[in-house]
Amino acid sequence: MNIASFAPLAVLLPILGAALTFLLIRHSRAQRTVSIALLSLTLLLECWLLASVWDGGTAAVNIGGWLPPWGIVMVVDQFSSLMLVVSSSVSLAVLIYATGQGMADGDRDAPVSIFHPTYLILVAGVSNAFLSGDLFNLYVGFEILLTASYVLMTLGGTGPRIRAGVTYVVVSVVSSVLFLIAIAMIYGATGTINMADLAIKLADLDQGTQNLLHVMLLVAFGIKAAIFPLSFWLPDSYPTAPAPVTAVFAGLLTKVGVYAIVRTETLLFPGDTFNTPLMVAALLTMIVGILGALAQSDIKRLLSFTLVSHIGYMVFGLAMSSVAGLGAAVFYVAHHITIQTSLFLVTGLIERRGGSSSMDRVAGLAKLSPMLAVLFFVPAMNLAGIPPFSGFLGKLGLLQAGVQLGTPLAYALVIGGVLTSLLTLLAIARVWNRAFWRKPEDAEHPDPVLLAAPEDSATGDRAGKTNVTLLPRTMVGSTLGLVIFGVGLTIFAGPLFKVADQSAVDMLDRSSYIQAVLGDDTPVPAIAQPEPRVVSK
Amino acid sequence: MSVNLTLLTVMGALYACGIYLILERSLTRVLLGLMLLANATNLLILATGGYAGLAPLYSKDTAAGEYNDPLPQALILTSIVISFAVTAFMLGIIYRTWVLAREDEIQDDAEDRRVAKTPSFDVEDDSVIPVETSEFPLTMIGSDGQAVSDVPDGSEATVKVADRKLDAEAAASEEQPGSLNVTPPKEGGGQ
Repeated sequence: MNIASFAPLAVLLPILGAALTFLLIRHSRAQRTVSIALLSLTLLLECWLLASVWDGGTAAVNIGGWLPPWGIVMVVDQFSSLMLVVSSSVSLAVLIYATGQGMADGDRDAPVSIFHPTYLILVAGVSNAFLSGDLFNLYVGFEILLTASYVLMTLGGTGPRIRAGVTYVVVSVVSSVLFLIAIAMIYGATGTINMADLAIKLADLDQGTQNLLHVMLLVAFGIKAAIFPLSFWLPDSYPTAPAPVTAVFAGLLTKVGVYAIVRTETLLFPGDTFNTPLMVAALLTMIVGILGALAQSDIKRLLSFTLVSHIGYMVFGLAMSSVAGLGAAVFYVAHHITIQTSLFLVTGLIERRGGSSSMDRVAGLAKLSPMLAVLFFVPAMNLAGIPPFSGFLGKLGLLQAGVQLGTPLAYALVIGGVLTSLLTLLAIARVWNRAFWRKPEDAEHPDPVLLAAPEDSATGDRAGKTNVTLLPRTMVGSTLGLVIFGVGLTIFAGPLFKVADQSAVDMLDRSSYIQAVLGDDTPVPAIAQPEPRVVSK
Repeated sequence: MSVNLTLLTVMGALYACGIYLILERSLTRVLLGLMLLANATNLLILATGGYAGLAPLYSKDTAAGEYNDPLPQALILTSIVISFAVTAFMLGIIYRTWVLAREDEIQDDAEDRRVAKTPSFDVEDDSVIPVETSEFPLTMIGSDGQAVSDVPDGSEATVKVADRKLDAEAAASEEQPGSLNVTPPKEGGGQ
């Protein structure tokens, strides 16, 4: 039995859910049940897909029975199934969080009835992009998730969201047009858009044409992944969206871009033609992003800048095109999806409990809500790369790979990586000191809700019994679940790193992917400048 | 069999106008620019299908090089549908901007402007904290983090003021133990 035959279900189930929830638009309870049930089912299916390729191997399915390279294929390998499982887990947590928020607030902040179908379509688009073995189908996956994200970004249609939405939509459409132009040119040059077939045929083009197509794809994906200097749209547009929407965008959308870059660099254009520019871009992304974060006084904006900054680590890993680097990058993507999403979810809780996400207004939350402090502290330390968390392990893997490569640029990136990690800690510590440790009276403009309960003079306690209800149990529970999932990535880092390294070996070797799609006897062309294959673990 | 030059020229003109228009600040013009870009790309995809004059449809006795490649047309169909959805959505956004703000302009990010104007001096991070070197402190750090001193007025007030950094520094140096300006407190400082 071909396991990949079930892969299309990862796209179809959320779309089916979207249709059902759209029909149930007037029954919010049924809508919630259907969307959570179908997303859980999708997650189970994806766990099964991951389990079946856990020890390596690639499976492909021809949609509608059309043979490749003419028909559309979907490919399940370790990288894509790992991404699917992580992204669906995160999406499920965010969905539960959003329903909790919707139940607590009613339709005041966001029309929840539209939220469910749109959200499920977003998940379908993400799954489609991860599974696609066809360049145009990848484009369609991107468009599905982008169109859904346009709606989610402007949910409620308030002034700031419309303003942010305009930036987001225009930048995304421009990047999509660039991607489409690249596809047209690739099709014109090779006569195929099947990625496995392209891996064979692109090598026959002359170097100039190859570079042109390569750069076009990199720019299109670079905008989506928010790599400096193509990252300025992100902190401008993400923070205004509703908290769960920002969380899922931060976790997933940029990583789909990173995923596409990894496939471009390993499958379509292997070799090290653009490794140097990519490494420079990675260094600048890390440094410029984190310096931007230090200047912010709003927690959501600060986190958006750290998001941009940490994309640099992943680009660093994949630009080394070594097994150690790529493996660490794969692990880092999985880690970062989880951690960045949990931090945005916690920020949503901070906003509810403290009345604002601005560091000038929030204070004293450690006393007010110790649970919130723990929920923030664990992923925050994880993001900053404090041992023993997965952020530390991922960064360590990247730094090791950089030292192994040993070029001056790699050392510059190693230093830049450590520096970025330290500056992340500084940025996060500022949030911690101000929002959690400082007394509400010391804030520049303390939010009234923080001063609602009088201070107990004996203990200094200010636990507001009156406003504890601001944090619904569903929202705290789903955030807690995601934080625990993040800690789980640390505990099971050993096996995960093994899978990541194995997937890196497969991706750099390419034969497993190409032969799974085009048949076992397809000759795989040698890569022009083979890299030294060093397995670190 | 020849390249369709008209089509290619039109494509180039559409790209040029489209890029010019998306650089405008008016939202409607940006939308028109995006539409032109999408249509120019559709023409580009069409051009990859083959030369002008090839048979449009395949029949059994057509040689492989004699008919037009149908796949690009399928791709164009998909891309038309997508650009249709995006255009409809953008029109909705433009209408909403008009309803909300009565203007058809792309607006700046207010928070971004605010952060850019914020001075690099941060009261909480950068204020000078009086350095304590003596075993017998003249000033003590109070429970609220501010220096508590028995100096009647002046020095305490200036330390707190954000935009008068020099005053704050001068005040802090005056608070140094041993400074002539500081009157020793009667009860060893503190509250």
